[in-house]
Amino acid sequence: MKKVVESSGLCKRFGGTEALKSISFGVNENEIFGFIGPDGAGKTTLFRIITTLLLPDEGELKVLGLDCKTGFKELRRNIGYMPGRFSLYQDLSVEENLSFYATVFGTTVKENYDLISDIYSHIEPFKKRLAGKLSGGMKQKLALSCALIHKPALLVLDEPTTGVDAVSRSEFWEMLRKLRHHNITIIVSTPYMDEAMRCDRVALIQEGQILSVDRPETIRDGFSRKLFSIKAPEKHKLINALRSCPGISSVYPFGDSVHVTFKDDNFDNAIYEYLENSGISDVSISETRAGIEDRFLELMGTHLH
Amino acid sequence: MKRFLGFVKKEFLHIFRDVRTMIILFGIPAAQILLFGFVVSTDLKNAQVAFLDLSRDEMTQKISDKICSSGFFRRGETLLNFDDVDKALRGNKIKAVIVFEKNFGRKLISEGEADISIIADGSEPNMATLTTNYLTAIIADFNRELAGTSAAATMLIQPEVRMFYNPSLKGQFMFVPGVITLIMILICALMTSITITREKEFGTMEVLLVSPLKPIQIILGKVIPYFMLSFVDVIMILLLSWLVFGLPVKGSLILLLAESMLYILMSLSIGILISTVSSNMQQAILISLVGMMLPSVLLSGFIFPIENMPEVYGWISAILPPRYFIVIIKNIMIKGTGFLFVWKETLILMVFTAVAIGLSIKNFKIRLQ
Repeated sequence: MKKVVESSGLCKRFGGTEALKSISFGVNENEIFGFIGPDGAGKTTLFRIITTLLLPDEGELKVLGLDCKTGFKELRRNIGYMPGRFSLYQDLSVEENLSFYATVFGTTVKENYDLISDIYSHIEPFKKRLAGKLSGGMKQKLALSCALIHKPALLVLDEPTTGVDAVSRSEFWEMLRKLRHHNITIIVSTPYMDEAMRCDRVALIQEGQILSVDRPETIRDGFSRKLFSIKAPEKHKLINALRSCPGISSVYPFGDSVHVTFKDDNFDNAIYEYLENSGISDVSISETRAGIEDRFLELMGTHLH
Repeated sequence: MKRFLGFVKKEFLHIFRDVRTMIILFGIPAAQILLFGFVVSTDLKNAQVAFLDLSRDEMTQKISDKICSSGFFRRGETLLNFDDVDKALRGNKIKAVIVFEKNFGRKLISEGEADISIIADGSEPNMATLTTNYLTAIIADFNRELAGTSAAATMLIQPEVRMFYNPSLKGQFMFVPGVITLIMILICALMTSITITREKEFGTMEVLLVSPLKPIQIILGKVIPYFMLSFVDVIMILLLSWLVFGLPVKGSLILLLAESMLYILMSLSIGILISTVSSNMQQAILISLVGMMLPSVLLSGFIFPIENMPEVYGWISAILPPRYFIVIIKNIMIKGTGFLFVWKETLILMVFTAVAIGLSIKNFKIRLQ
């Protein structure tokens, strides 16, 4: 399959800190490729290198078959970029923002309307409204429309769902899935683990290094231990008690429950007694399937030690 | 080209939508011109003077009438003794007190001389100097009249002073060129540097950089709207000063407008240069105001003559473009000279422009840092 982005050994330093440490990955044509990682992991730096806004210190990066250093002029024509902060002119209306980006990229709103119609139709009733007066979800849709208006071959979205309500986030991912029919490859970053499942492939990134690249399901399956979910009314107390329990190797809060693994993967019935002695009642324990977050935390743990 | 026009259109929208920008562009210049013209006037008009007349005769009456009918002065209180002088001046309304000695008229006729004293409020040195100069002139005039009527006329050498180019020494003649010079550098340098750094701050620059727009298109797209509006400003200021203060343009209007365009272009390129070295709006504002405005006001020769400055300040002022434009604009507006007299200053402004544009293009980053 043709690679849209191919990176090998990409490094970037800012002063003394290494933002990216030898990053290598490939993005296939027409896929949604997600970068998952905490703040400060290096996602934005990587995206800025992909969009030719920064130069890497070391390593090779080919985007759409072009070198990111020498081919930047050609590349800038074919990339749609939505930075972390929505790059809209707050004092221009919805319509004016869109047509400005269209003219700047040498096209018109009419020409590529079919591409954005799905997204833009949500905000079209407000097209006379100033962009600064839109809600977070609407801003996000407008910014996406602006990034798409010139029908880019590669769409780069830096944390597009941060600061957006849950419903809009879900709608947004639906839209991204639909865009695949238009032959657009999408690279997206997010700090939300649940969104990772919606990508075709994800890269787990932490402290400038990629821990794993694979399909989300495969990453989940990579979890090597038996995982148990423990619930009790007093969650905070439960976590503290579990952390000091000798037979347990890892404890992470997960939604309204706590995910734990046991040493040697042996479920020990003594845990009930232990928790009871710690003053925690109404405990329910069940084995569960690891989520992508569990795998990420496991990888981070092995990586650090 | 279409891309570029789209960009220019967007800039105009930014300007016309923002009330503050519109006020800075058109409100401030108009207010400045009127303020400087009316308030900071150095001309004397209806200043109050008090009289302490210890003689009370025909002669003192004549002199005080002459003073108060000159239009420069207005009769304030009439004082009765020396103790009142201090009180009168402390009241701040009275700018000077005129004291006639005892038996003033009789002494003047019999002895040919008599004493008058002028006591001015030295806490306002400029006003005091102005007041005493005007009063002395009026009294000297009275002296001459008196000498002319009496038979014992002494031969007097009277210098006849004429002020060329500005016969009545109107303050506005001085301020209008200065205000144009300052306003242009304020609007052009400040506004362009703000508008470019604003794109950086709001993150829109990231997308502009990723777009196929060339740096020169981004820069020109920012400059052109401000160039046009600043030119409208110059015309507005000239019209205002002509209609309100009757200040004519003695030289060629076309030459004046052409020189203004050059100066606007230069200020704009300095604004762009500022924006390429500052990463946010505060920084841009600081550099524009402290780095450009302040030295321009103090060292351009607008308020303090360059000839009277310590040598070091003279050197600093040599690198301030407003200094040269003030010379150009005064020459053309007030003296009515032609291009031959200002070509050197024009050339210097051109060099400033070229250097600023060159540095801006070199400094303009096609990538983020």
